[in-house]
Parts: sequence; C-alpha cells; structure tokens
Amino acid sequence: MTVVVSLAVALLLLALAVWTVIARDAFPAVAGFIAYGLLLSLVWVRLDGIDVALTEAAIGGGLTGALLLGAVGRLRGTEAAAESERCGVGLRSFAMLLALAVTAVLMLCVLALPEPAPTVAPQVVQNLGATGVGNPITGVLLAFRALDTLLEAIVLVIALIGVWSLAPEGAWGGRPGLRHFSDPDGVLAYLARLLPPIGIIVGIYLFWAGADHPGGKFQSATILAAMWMLVIMAGLADSPRTDHRGLRGGVVAGPLAFIAVGLLGLASAGAFLGYPPQWAKPMIVAIELALMPTLVLVLALLMNGTPARDGDR
Amino acid sequence: MSFVFDLLSIAAIAAGGLFYLAGTVGLLRFPDAYTRLHALTKADNLGLALIVLGLLFQADSLLAGLKLVLIWLLVMLSGAAVSQLVARAERRRESL
Amino acid sequence: MAEFLLWMAAFVVLMVALGLLRVARGPGRAERMMAAQLLGSGAIGALLLIGAAAGEPSVVDVALTLALLSAFAGVAFVKFAVRQDRQAEDDGAGRVSAPGRPRRSALEREARKVVQ
Repeated sequence: MTVVVSLAVALLLLALAVWTVIARDAFPAVAGFIAYGLLLSLVWVRLDGIDVALTEAAIGGGLTGALLLGAVGRLRGTEAAAESERCGVGLRSFAMLLALAVTAVLMLCVLALPEPAPTVAPQVVQNLGATGVGNPITGVLLAFRALDTLLEAIVLVIALIGVWSLAPEGAWGGRPGLRHFSDPDGVLAYLARLLPPIGIIVGIYLFWAGADHPGGKFQSATILAAMWMLVIMAGLADSPRTDHRGLRGGVVAGPLAFIAVGLLGLASAGAFLGYPPQWAKPMIVAIELALMPTLVLVLALLMNGTPARDGDR
Repeated sequence: MSFVFDLLSIAAIAAGGLFYLAGTVGLLRFPDAYTRLHALTKADNLGLALIVLGLLFQADSLLAGLKLVLIWLLVMLSGAAVSQLVARAERRRESL
Repeated sequence: MAEFLLWMAAFVVLMVALGLLRVARGPGRAERMMAAQLLGSGAIGALLLIGAAAGEPSVVDVALTLALLSAFAGVAFVKFAVRQDRQAEDDGAGRVSAPGRPRRSALEREARKVVQ
C-alpha cells in the first residue's frame, strides 16, 4: 500500500541517482537528472509537501534540465581536455566513500530525531490568521521570514549579473544564444503557439492560488519563464537584448519594491518588513505582484545564458 | 450509485494500467526508435486517458474534473509534438 | 478504493522504472530523448492517483505543472540533440583544430540553423 509506493519510488530514485553519476556521456546523465527531478516531486507529495513538490516539478523538471543541457552544449569543445584530466580509480573510490559516509551520517541524524521532531509549525499555524493568507508556506515565506525571501531575490539578480559577466569580448549587452529557426508550419512552431497561452493561464492561476493553496509566485514564474523559453526555442521570437532598459528595469524592480515595502513597514509597524495589523495581506500581495515580473525575467534570462551576439551597439 | 461509480473507476483505471504495461513492454521489446516512440505514446494517450476517466468518476466538482481533462489534453498535445520532433531528429541523424 | 489507487500508482511507477531501463540502455540518442516524455506521463499518472487516494485536490496542480514543464524539457532535449548532431556533422567535414585546443565555437560561425 503506501509503504509499497514509497519503497518503489525510493528505489527508483536511488537507481536514477547512481546512473546519473556513473553515466559516461553528458547527455544520458542529464536525461537521468531530469528524470530524477520529475520523480522527486512524487516523493514530496508522499511527504505532504505539496508546495515543495510544485517547486521541484517546475525547477527540477524543466528549468535545471534546460540549464544543464545548455551547459553541456557549451562544454563540448572541452570534453577532450576533461577526459585527459580524469582522476584515477583510487581517488574516485575515496570520493564515493566520503559521499556515502555523509549520507549515512545524515540518515542517522534523521532517524535519531526525537518524536515528535522539534518544529515551530504549530506557532506558525497559530499566528497565521494575523497575516491574512491561508497557505502557511506563503505565510512563512512572505510574512514570518520575509527577509530570507528578499535576500533570495537579490541573490537571483546577482546570479544573473554573474552569468552576464561571462560574456565574451564585444558581446556585452547583446542577445544570448543563437538565433533559433524552425519551420513556421512545423510541429515545433505549432506547439510554441498553442502551449504558451495555456501555460500563462496556468501560471497566473498558480500565482493567485498561492495565497490559500499550494502555489505562489516562484512556481508560477518558472512556468511563465519556461513558456517564454519555448517561444524563443521555436524561433517565434528572438532572445531579448540584455542592455534593454525595460528588461534591466524589470529585473531590479522586484527587489527594490520589496525593500520599499520593508522600509514602509519600518515606518508604520516599527520593524523592517513588519506589517501593520490590517495591512498585512495587501502588502504581501504587493510584494508578490512586484516580484513576479522580476522572477520571470531572471529565470528566463538565466536559461538563455550569456550574451553572445549583437553586442556593444 | 456511488458503488457503480467506484466500479467504473476501478475498471477504467485498471485498463489504464494495462495500457501503461503495453507501452512499457513495447518500449523494451520493439526493435528501433520509431516503434519505441509509438509504444511510448500509447501510454500517454490511452493509459493516462483511462486513468483520468476513472478519476473523473471520483471527482468532487466540475472544476476538479475539468482540470483532470485539461491535464490529459496537455499531455496528449506535448506527447504528439515531442514524438514528432524526436522522430525527425532521429531521421535526420540517420541520413547523416 | 484508496488502497486500489495507491496500488495502481505503485504499478505505474514500476512501469516507469522499467521504461527507464530502455532510456539507460537505449543504443541511440532518441531513447534518451524519450526520458522526458516517459517520466512526464508516468509521473503525472502516478501523481493523479496518489492525489485521489489521499483526497488532496492540490496534487492536481502539481500534475498540471509537470505536464507543462515536461513538454518544455522534451523540446529542450530535441533542440540540444539536433545541435549536437549538427556540430558532429561539421566536425566530420574536416574542420582543422589542434588536439587539446577547444574547438572554435559555433557562435562565431553564426550559421543559420533550420530545425523542424
């Protein structure tokens, strides 16, 4: 019954992980990794973490896979050099033993947790009414630990700047990646015309449902970014110029608005990112609305990669 | 009445599982990439369709049922498109 | 009813596992590309069954997300594989590059790539 499902999925995950690590070629390894991510969302559902399952399905399933495939494509020229630098069996066995030891210690720690495990979940549920949202995850992310979310958003922007800084000489400010083309009457163009509208509606629905049900801005931003990437990959639109003012404005607008709301909280409730009692829900919604475009832009631009052409106009 | 629904659900879902089995057996045993793609798509279209049909009988509301049907339509659309793309990529590789 | 649904979910996961054998062993690139589609439909089926068994309606949203993202992952796979084939084709056409030096990147050639 439940044990059988859990055991089946756990064994499958282990097999997938082993295969991803020992695969000789990069392509099967990435295929295994994507499969691993998609299957991990099943695990999260079994553990009652629906929000985490949503994020895992979105990020682990699509986004990371596309990122890794792009990276593997760029590494193709260096594969010969990497092969010659491959370390010996002894070192690799030692690394494997070390990894297994860390896993064993983690397992022992989890099994040694007292029953019930220490948690602040009851206090979160108790105080959730004050925030005005029904989903405890959203409450934690945007009310109780809003500072963490702000810092994560800023880290994303910094990551994007880091990726852009790898642009080759003369390409700064240009468009990332190659221009994709596809037959305008072909299957890919058809899919890229039909799927994104549905994806956008699902994304907006998930964003709106995030207040009271599992969902939220991050998962919906991932879906929207993936739909945009699909349109770019089908050649129906070109990747955006990275020196476009609106684009850069959109990327920084989210964290700036978040900081502004925080300062507003400082003025009205006495603490940075504090919310005055009746204004909690509107302020949370304002933060979410401001962060959404930023997240979509940052995730899509990260997937696009470094600027490569039409630079330094 | 709900007993009839339960029975229909069990029948549909069991049939769906059968198509998943058929898809996997085809995937493992068929000789080349195109036939394997064909087997794989059977699991998508028919297997998932029957599972969704079975779950429709258990659905609580119209909205829940519509979401299930939407998922099935999306999987069909993406399965059809991706199968085409994979087959063409394979054809192109063979002609190199 | 819930028991039956969970058993069927386990069965679907088992089918996915067996299908992954083909993805792992598959002699060609096409088999690897099928991973996204196989996992997508299998995991969605299992998710819907688990969600119905647990009576949790929001699991359907996870399945919806998976459907969209596995479509995207499948397309990404195919584009990548086609680009690799094209690069291998160019390699085979006798481009000169010293061993150990990274190959001149395709970006510098600005070739027009037609992909179906």
